[in-house]
Amino acid sequence: MAVVATTEPGARPARAGRRASIPGWVGTVPFLAYVGVFLLLPTGIVIVDALKNPSGAWQFSSVTELGNPLVRTYFIGSLKLCLISSVIGAVFGAILAYAVASGNPDGVVRRLYLAASGVLAQFGGITLAFAFLTLLGPVGLLAHASWFYDFPWGIALIYAYFEIPLMVLVFMPAIDGLKVQWREASENLGASAWQYWRHVGGPLLAPAFIGSTLLLFANALSAFATIEAWESQIAYIVPQQISISLSSEVGLSNINYADVLALGMMVMVAIIMTGYALLQRRASRWLR
Amino acid sequence: MTSPMTRTQDGTARAGVEVRMDGLSRHYGPVVALDKLDLTVQAGELIALLGPSGCGKTTTLRLVAGLEDADAGRITVGGKDITHLSASKRDMGMVFQAYSLFPHMTARQNVAFGLRLRRIAAATRDKRAIEMLELVGLSTQADRYPHQLSGGQQQRVALARALAIEPQVLLLDEPLSALDAKVRAQLRDEIRRIQLEVGTTTLFVTHDQEEALAIADRVGVMKDGRLEQLAPPTDVYSRPATSFVAEFVGLTNRLAGTVSGQTVTVRGRDLPLVDPSTPAGPATALVRPEAVTLASDSTGDSGPLVGTVIAVTFLGATSRVTVDLGDTTILAQLTTADAAELPAGSRVALTIRPDPVLVSADSPALSEA
Repeated sequence: MAVVATTEPGARPARAGRRASIPGWVGTVPFLAYVGVFLLLPTGIVIVDALKNPSGAWQFSSVTELGNPLVRTYFIGSLKLCLISSVIGAVFGAILAYAVASGNPDGVVRRLYLAASGVLAQFGGITLAFAFLTLLGPVGLLAHASWFYDFPWGIALIYAYFEIPLMVLVFMPAIDGLKVQWREASENLGASAWQYWRHVGGPLLAPAFIGSTLLLFANALSAFATIEAWESQIAYIVPQQISISLSSEVGLSNINYADVLALGMMVMVAIIMTGYALLQRRASRWLR
Repeated sequence: MTSPMTRTQDGTARAGVEVRMDGLSRHYGPVVALDKLDLTVQAGELIALLGPSGCGKTTTLRLVAGLEDADAGRITVGGKDITHLSASKRDMGMVFQAYSLFPHMTARQNVAFGLRLRRIAAATRDKRAIEMLELVGLSTQADRYPHQLSGGQQQRVALARALAIEPQVLLLDEPLSALDAKVRAQLRDEIRRIQLEVGTTTLFVTHDQEEALAIADRVGVMKDGRLEQLAPPTDVYSRPATSFVAEFVGLTNRLAGTVSGQTVTVRGRDLPLVDPSTPAGPATALVRPEAVTLASDSTGDSGPLVGTVIAVTFLGATSRVTVDLGDTTILAQLTTADAAELPAGSRVALTIRPDPVLVSADSPALSEA
């Protein structure tokens, strides 16, 4: 007797074995949980606290503190320091990254450079400030730099110490993405080295360069321990003022004020990181 | 041969130029990439350099383009020595394997780039860019970015960009290798059409024998940094100068034979020699599969040219049939209709067409495809 296999309309093909169906998004749960607990939750708490008074009632007037001339001074101080240190870090880091990228891609020099950059980009804080103080401070071993305690240049130099290697790390992939064929094609079409950089290399690297500079800016914005070790008596930047507001030794602590300052910083970081993401998207499309 | 005339920007024609390489050498450390190469590309001619990886064909192209320096030798274009001229001053258009379009520029901007460097007025270069894109059939895609174009379209734009500067010489470095078979064949024909139309002297590098044979006025087969043979495609295929050429270009049966006078006797058949001065004695004859014909054999007799079909490979219009002759195997290329009459296991009688054959200098082998 012949056996005829029939399939009902819409029926799924039979599977050899039964497998539990796990939705694809389940794999993202650990990451989402991490982001939720360590980023979104604290952010939400800060925003809510910034918009409430100490008795728990909603009040939006505290946000107007951000327009206070004194508060503006801290923000301007943060902007100055971040701008100078990120530009210094970006320019010197880009040059170093280009120098390293021009060498053997599998060479020892490149591997050493990247390993060192990975370590030095994280080498901030008290140790770094102390190292500079002992070398270049008013009684430094190498030089007695009178400008060492000038804000923002003195501290910007210290910040450059970790900003430059960070730039090497984040900008190197963009330089690696510049294809040899583009240089050769432009040369073949009659371009000099300058014309290549002006019309091809420069425009192609620009989004990655600006994006990396924004990342350096955000990195400097969040740095606290280094400047606190460098100068703990005077607040120049927002994180220092937040610290003072939270732990005043003379009974002047004001958590709501600290939350408002933190909210202001969050807005700055959000703007910077949005710009960074947009630029990275463009750079990755060109330099993949 | 192509017409050696190139259109200039004002529409008038100019003669293509001769490119001459004399004793060109290039070493990478101990590796000899190019060994005293002598090659002359006639004005308006398209020469395809063909060979396996590392044979020196791309090095030749890069030396002509000025992207690398020769260790020794001389390159002249239209009689002018350009050996030490920088790439940017050589007036050559080049199309690379892939990914050479500037990704931040539209197709039109890419094509106009060379003209921009020459300070051509914006309106003129825009007009010229559109003309070039029309030439390659892409004027409707002028404002698209490279990532919005297919691989074939990108290579067309690259060709338009190379031609827009009205180069004296066009250099094509395996421009079709990254494309799929159908697009490759289309673009290959298009490159030839355009090259014939503009008449630019062209050097085309490829490792694809079919491409080289289809597109070139002459094919240069290279091995170990030297030219093994430089001849029209039909000669390279039917009268290969060396056993390497015979085996690299097309399939070849290696059959044991004996040279005597101006013929070689292979399995009882006398075949004329390509080189009548071949010394007498045992040798390996290189016989093309298409020179072998098969017929069904129902006699049951045995003989040097009777065997059994062991495989049939379908290639479209033709099929390749492998026949076991007892002491060796031999390939025959038949029409698919003929091959269908001879399934695996069939007894067949072989006939070898008396085309001139080349004799390999190396030790006689039984048979190899």
